[in-house]
Amino acid sequence: MTRIVNLSRRKLLKAIGGGSGLVLGVYFSATDRASAIEEPARPLRAGFEPGQLSPNVFVAMDPTGQVTLTVSRPEMGQGIRTTFAMIMADELAAAWPRIVVRQSDGDAKYGDQITDASRSILIMERPLRLAAASVRQMLEAAAAQTWRALIADCRAVDHEVIHVPTARVLPYAQLVKTAMNLPVPNPDKLRLRDSSSRRYIGHAIPSIDMGAMLKGKTPFGADVTLPGIKYASIERCPVYGGKVKNFDPAGAMAVRGVEKVIEIPANPAPSGHLPLGGIAVIASNSWAAFQGRKKLKIEWDLGSNASHDTTAYRAEMQATARRTGKSVRTLGNFESAYAGAAIRVVGEYFVPYQTHATMEPPVAVAAFENSKLIVMAPTQSPQTARAVLAQYLDLKEADIVVRPTFLGNGFGRKALHDYICEAGWLAKATNGRIKVVWTREDDIKHGYYQPICFQRLDGGLDKNGVPIAWRHRTVFPSLASTFHADQVLPDAAQLGQGFVDMPYAIPNLRCEVGAAPAHMRLGPGRGGLNMAHTFAMCSFIDELASAAGKDPANFLFTYYAGPKKIDMKALGVDYPNYSALIEDYPLDVGRLQNVLQFAMDRASWGDPLLPRQGRGLAVHRSFLSYAAAIIVVTVAENGQISIPRIDLVIDCGQVINPDRVKALMEDSIMYGLGFALYGEVTVKNGAVEQRNFDDYPVARAVITPEMHIHVVPSGHPPTGAGDPAVPVIAPALCNAIFAATGKRIRTLPIDLNLLKDAPATAPVPTAGAPAAPTAIPLTPAGPAPKN
Amino acid sequence: MVKFTLNGATLSVDDDPEMPLLWAIRETAGLTGTKFGCGIGECGACTVHIDGAPTRSCQMPVELAAGKAVVTIEGLSGRAAKAVQAAWRQLDVVQCGYCQSGQIMSAVALLSHTPEPSDRDIDTAMNGNLCRCATYNRIRAAIHTAAKMMEG
Ligand code: FES
Ligand code: FES
Repeated sequence: MTRIVNLSRRKLLKAIGGGSGLVLGVYFSATDRASAIEEPARPLRAGFEPGQLSPNVFVAMDPTGQVTLTVSRPEMGQGIRTTFAMIMADELAAAWPRIVVRQSDGDAKYGDQITDASRSILIMERPLRLAAASVRQMLEAAAAQTWRALIADCRAVDHEVIHVPTARVLPYAQLVKTAMNLPVPNPDKLRLRDSSSRRYIGHAIPSIDMGAMLKGKTPFGADVTLPGIKYASIERCPVYGGKVKNFDPAGAMAVRGVEKVIEIPANPAPSGHLPLGGIAVIASNSWAAFQGRKKLKIEWDLGSNASHDTTAYRAEMQATARRTGKSVRTLGNFESAYAGAAIRVVGEYFVPYQTHATMEPPVAVAAFENSKLIVMAPTQSPQTARAVLAQYLDLKEADIVVRPTFLGNGFGRKALHDYICEAGWLAKATNGRIKVVWTREDDIKHGYYQPICFQRLDGGLDKNGVPIAWRHRTVFPSLASTFHADQVLPDAAQLGQGFVDMPYAIPNLRCEVGAAPAHMRLGPGRGGLNMAHTFAMCSFIDELASAAGKDPANFLFTYYAGPKKIDMKALGVDYPNYSALIEDYPLDVGRLQNVLQFAMDRASWGDPLLPRQGRGLAVHRSFLSYAAAIIVVTVAENGQISIPRIDLVIDCGQVINPDRVKALMEDSIMYGLGFALYGEVTVKNGAVEQRNFDDYPVARAVITPEMHIHVVPSGHPPTGAGDPAVPVIAPALCNAIFAATGKRIRTLPIDLNLLKDAPATAPVPTAGAPAAPTAIPLTPAGPAPKN
Repeated sequence: MVKFTLNGATLSVDDDPEMPLLWAIRETAGLTGTKFGCGIGECGACTVHIDGAPTRSCQMPVELAAGKAVVTIEGLSGRAAKAVQAAWRQLDVVQCGYCQSGQIMSAVALLSHTPEPSDRDIDTAMNGNLCRCATYNRIRAAIHTAAKMMEG
C-alpha cells in the first residue's frame, strides 16, 4: 500500500529551493532488490506494502509553479531522468519547460535507488504517478475552493486548472499556496488521468539533459573537483587475492607533483565491494600520480589464484560439463528418450570472461572533514555505497553522504563499489580530499568479470524430426563468489537467466549445473547470464531444426507449444523471475511467439537471399521483456563477415518514451555484436592479459549495420529495455552464419578464420531478387586516424 | 612554463611538459568537458581542436601545444558547431553522454572541412571515437542532418 503525505507541512524539504511550496513524498517499502549476488531476492508486488517506510519520490512545486522532480535513480544513459519526468508531467498535467530534475543523494529517505536489471520503470511508475496525481488533485481542490465550485468541474490542463462550466482559468502558480494547506488525498481516492490526456508518455521526448551535454557541462563522476583536491592512482596486485609483500616508494616520491605514497591494505578474497588493496600514489594531478606509479618498486605475494589460466580452466569446465551435474529442472525421462532417439545432436558452447569497459572508467571523489565523509561518484546504487562505506571505514551511515553524479555507463560495474571505498579510505587516512582515478588499464585488469561459461547440450529427435530429448548443462563460476567463500554452484537467480527458463515444449528434459571454483572477481554485466545461456540455447534449437531438416522459425513455432504460460512452480523449478511475482509477470510463451511473428513479418523471413548470405534468428525472454532478432549476414570467401540488415523486435510492455526505447535497441544491437565479435578477457598466471581498447576491442562506428527496430505495442506493465535485447544478437548472428556457410559457431568471440573458404550454402536468388546492399566489413576494428 | 590559448584565453601551464594536454585542460584549467577514456589514442573521448584540427589531447604533450589555439567543447562556436548541436538535439543522439564531447568535436571538424560528407567520410572521421552506448547510428544520421542545415 502506498502512502502519500504532505511534506511541506512537515518542513522536511528545506533541501528543495528554500522549502516553500507544495511537496509531496511517496512512502513505500523499498524492499526489492534485483541484486542476485548480495541477498536473496524478495518478491516484488505491483502495489507496495507497508514496511519500513521511507519517502522515495518527491514532486515539489514552488509558488512560481516550477516543479522539481527528484529522481531517485542515477542516470547512465538509459534516459531515466527524462522518462520519470514524462510520467510525472502527464499525471500532473504539467508544462514541460516548467520542470526541473534533481538527483537524490544516497539518503535512505529516498528508498532503494539501485539502477540495475532494467527495473527502474517497473518499480517506480506507479509511485511516481500517485505522487503526481496527488499534487494535481490538491491543485484542483485549491481551485475549487477559490471559486467555491465543485471539484468535479475543475480540471487540470497544461499547468492550469480550468473551471469547465465557466471556462475560468487559474495557473498553478496561483494555487500552490492554497493547496499547501489542504489535506493530501487518500491514495484510494486518487483519480489517475486517462491515457488519452497524455502529452508526453508514448511520445518521443528529447533528453531533458541535452542542453548541458552538448556543451560538455554534464557533471560526470570524473568531472567532480573540490578546492585542494589530490589525485590518487593505485597499483594493484595483478592477481586477485594477492597482496603487497614490500614496496619502495622512493622512485615515486621523486616524481614532480607526487606528495604521498600509501599502502591500502588488501582485503582478502572474496573482497566483495571492498578494495583489492595496493599502493596508492597521491599527487597534485592525475598525470603525476600515473607517472609516480610507474616508479614504484613492489614485491607481491600473488596468493592462491596465481596459477589461474583460462585455457586450462576451459578444459576443466569442459570435463565437468561432460559429467552428470546437479539437476535443477527435469521433465519426463531424458536418458531413455535420448537412448531411443533417431538423431542425436551434441553442442559444446563456450563464452570467455568479458569485462564492462564503461566509457568512463571507475572514479570517485571523497572528502573527509570533521569526522564526516562526503562522496561524489558515479554509482548505480548510492545507498549500497553508503552502507558499504560505513562498514568498511567504521563510520556511522549518518556521517556519510553519497552524491551520485551522472554515469559514463554503468553496465553493473558501478553497482560494485571498490573504487568508492578506495576514495573513502584514502580521504579518511589523509584527512583530506581525494579523487581516485582509474586508468583504462586498471579497469581492464582489475574488473568484476562476467563469468567464463562452458555449456553442453545434448538433443534427441525421433524419426520424424520431432525433438524428444533436451539436456543442457552449464558450468560457470558463481557471481556470489565475489561476496561469499566456497560458492561453487550458482544460485537460482543466475540459473533463471536463460537456463531453467528454457521455453521449448520438449517432453524429456534435464537442466544440470556443474561446479566451478572462482579465481577471479566476478560481477554481472549487461544482459547477465542470459548472454552465455541464450547464445547456447538459441543456437542449439537452431541445431535441432537443422538436424530435423526444418525451417528454424517454423520449428520454433512448433515447439512453443503446450500451455501459453509456463508454470515454473508446478514444474518444481526454483525460478526467481527477476525478483518479480510470476503471477504478475508470467513466462508467457504467447509473447515469445508474438515477437517472433513480428520479426518474421518485418524481416521478410523466407525471402530469397544472395549467395554467401544467410538469415538467422533468436528469440528470448529476459528481465521480464521479450526480444527477437533476425540478422542477415554475408560471409566473404576470406572469412570476413558483414551485416546488411538487422531486425530487432522488443516487447517491453507499455512504452513511456518510444524513441529512448529505440535508442536502447540500437545500443543493444551494437553491444551484442561487440560481445559476439570481440569481447574476450584471457588470464595467464592469474593475471589478465588484456589492457586497453587496443587489445580489448569494442564495437565501433564502422560496423554499424542497417537496423530496423520494432517496438511491439503492448498493454502489459512496463518492463526492462536496457538489457533484454542484448542476449539475442550473438545467437541470431551465429545462426545466420550457419545458414550462409554451414559452419556452426560454438565459441565466442567468433573466430573469423573458421569461416575462410566456407562453402556458400545459401540459396541462389531467383531472378528479380534485391541487389546486394552495401556491406559493412566487421573487421578490422582498429581506430580511425589519430591526431 | 608552456603558454597557449584555450578557448581564446591565454593559459600558462607550469606542470611536467610531458603531461598530456588532456590533463592540463581538465585539471589545470578545470575544463572538464574533454574526457579521459583510454589515454592511448584509441577512444577519441579527449578530442579537441588544435588550430582547427581534431586532435587526441591524451596523445599530445602539453609542451607541443605551446603557441597554439586549443578549442574544447566548452569553447566551440561557428556554423558547423551550431549545426551539429542542432542536429544532435533533433535526433536526440545522446545516451549517457560521456563520449559525446569527443564525438561532437570530431563531427564539427569533419563538417568544417567537408560540408557534404558521404557515409564513408563519416566513418573515416568518426571511427576513432568510441561510444559504449553505441550512438553511432544516430551520429551518422545527425552529421548528414547537420550538413543539410549548413546548406540552408
Ligand atoms: S583518452 Fe584520448 S583517445 Fe582515449
Ligand atoms: S553516449 Fe554513452 S558512451 Fe557515448
